[in-house]
Amino acid sequence: MDDRGSSNDRGAPVRLSIQRRLAIWLFPHRRVQLGLLLGTPLGWLAIAYLGSLAILLLSAFWTKDTFTGNVEPFTWSLKAFQTLFAGEVYRTVAIRTVGMAALVTVTCAVLALPIAYYMARIASPRKRSALLVAIAVPLWAAYLVKVYAWRTILQGNGLLEWVLTPFGVESHGLKDIANAWLVLTYLWLPYMIVPVYAGLERIPGSMLEASADLGGRAGTTFRRVILPLVFPSLVAGSIFTFSLTLGDYITPDLVADAKFIGNVIYDNSSLGNPPLAAAYSMLPIAIMTIYLLAARRLGAFQSL
Amino acid sequence: MVESKPIRILLRLASALVLLFLFLPLVVVVIYAFNESRTQAWPPTGFTLKWFGEAASNGALLEAIVNSVIVGASATAVALVLGTLAALAIHRYRFFGRETVSFLLVLPIALPGVVTGIALQRTFKTFGFDLGLMTIVIGHATFCIVIVFNNVIARLRRLPSSPEEASGDLGADMWTTFRRVTGPRLGTALLSGALLAFALSFDEIIVTNFTAGAGTQTIPLWIFAAIQRPSELPVVNVVAFLLILVSVIPVWLAQRISGAETAGARL
Repeated sequence: MDDRGSSNDRGAPVRLSIQRRLAIWLFPHRRVQLGLLLGTPLGWLAIAYLGSLAILLLSAFWTKDTFTGNVEPFTWSLKAFQTLFAGEVYRTVAIRTVGMAALVTVTCAVLALPIAYYMARIASPRKRSALLVAIAVPLWAAYLVKVYAWRTILQGNGLLEWVLTPFGVESHGLKDIANAWLVLTYLWLPYMIVPVYAGLERIPGSMLEASADLGGRAGTTFRRVILPLVFPSLVAGSIFTFSLTLGDYITPDLVADAKFIGNVIYDNSSLGNPPLAAAYSMLPIAIMTIYLLAARRLGAFQSL
Repeated sequence: MVESKPIRILLRLASALVLLFLFLPLVVVVIYAFNESRTQAWPPTGFTLKWFGEAASNGALLEAIVNSVIVGASATAVALVLGTLAALAIHRYRFFGRETVSFLLVLPIALPGVVTGIALQRTFKTFGFDLGLMTIVIGHATFCIVIVFNNVIARLRRLPSSPEEASGDLGADMWTTFRRVTGPRLGTALLSGALLAFALSFDEIIVTNFTAGAGTQTIPLWIFAAIQRPSELPVVNVVAFLLILVSVIPVWLAQRISGAETAGARL
């Protein structure tokens, strides 16, 4: 105990340090302790994040000065939403983006299952750690490096054309929407493998043996035992693959020359039509809110 | 083993193909970094190291690297403090709205990046902030908090609280207990949280593109601009090669700190 404790030589109380007195006072006041701990992080998120989202929501109803092109804050209009609902192109872009997010998610799930299963149940412990590290390397490699790498492969004169030409197959360079499918799948695949692996590893081997003993063939065991048990992990992984595709505007532009929701938002965010960009961004917010609520019901958050 | 031999062989084959798919682009970029030709045609024409010299003397690139380090360090510092405070609060106290707070922490990475980006940009512009390093840091810190939070709370859940109680019984006040007991026990969780947060910030472009303004470049922003100028591609190859090398560090460190499982903890 330190010597500033409770008494000096003469037995009279000494002055405690401010820190110490504060600690003593705080000890029974749990609510104040909680407030002190939570105040700063909650304040930051409420102001910097929720506040920004609120401003974004409001700005969807602001007007744009047609002469200067400046946004007039707090002058209200529904023009942005009218433009969105009237424009065929905004519907096409939305369907393209959501469709791609779904396609990429399904592809990632199909590719992740076999390797995750191999890691969880078949590989030796040594091989398993090696594979976990092997998957972590592309996961950690910089996003733009990966997109750029695919650009060099897919472009005219690139590796793909060099491989395909002898077979008489023509590549479309960097203008093919299928490129976006390929590259987005590549980018988010590790985000699916990791939770699916964790989910498969939690399945007790005895369950699979029981299924086999009861006459279940491999296909039946997969469909009736493994898939239902790993489903929450697939949903957990799909949050990443779906949300990251939904919000990407760099990859579609760089590898497929295609416009996604994010491209319309980015192109209009400062010079074009900011209220329109704000109004359009309500769509990914709404989609992800529904997605997250559904994922929570399916038990995905316990699998993260 | 329940799985029959043909199924095991098929799974092994599928895994090998997925690994090939995951590594192919990285290998191609590494090869291009040493390509003699200025153009990007396959196959490469010859071996050279001259692009490394050109990268080292590229002023804009070096400035972008410095900016990225400043932003990453600042955002990580903010996230370390806020994420640890939030984790201690959520772990130790039961209160109304606890679930909501956890949800609020995840929201910045659960919502698409383009939403976070435009929301911050609109707010900065409305209140007349100049876009620059400061606004980039605010954006990055916001989505890095949850990374530190996740690491710290996972550690807190695994640790028994008896040493803290013992410390209290022995007369230590809450500051001393945190400084001498809780803090050191969180050590490696804080380290891996910081590492993850820094790496996430170093790599971010979707949000950064909205909050950077015209004059400020980070590494991803520099690459994004340079990709679209053919004359810069040899230097981009070198940068890509070096970034792949650097990205092995967090994987290696995470594995050293807490086993292979956490290497995938970028999620």
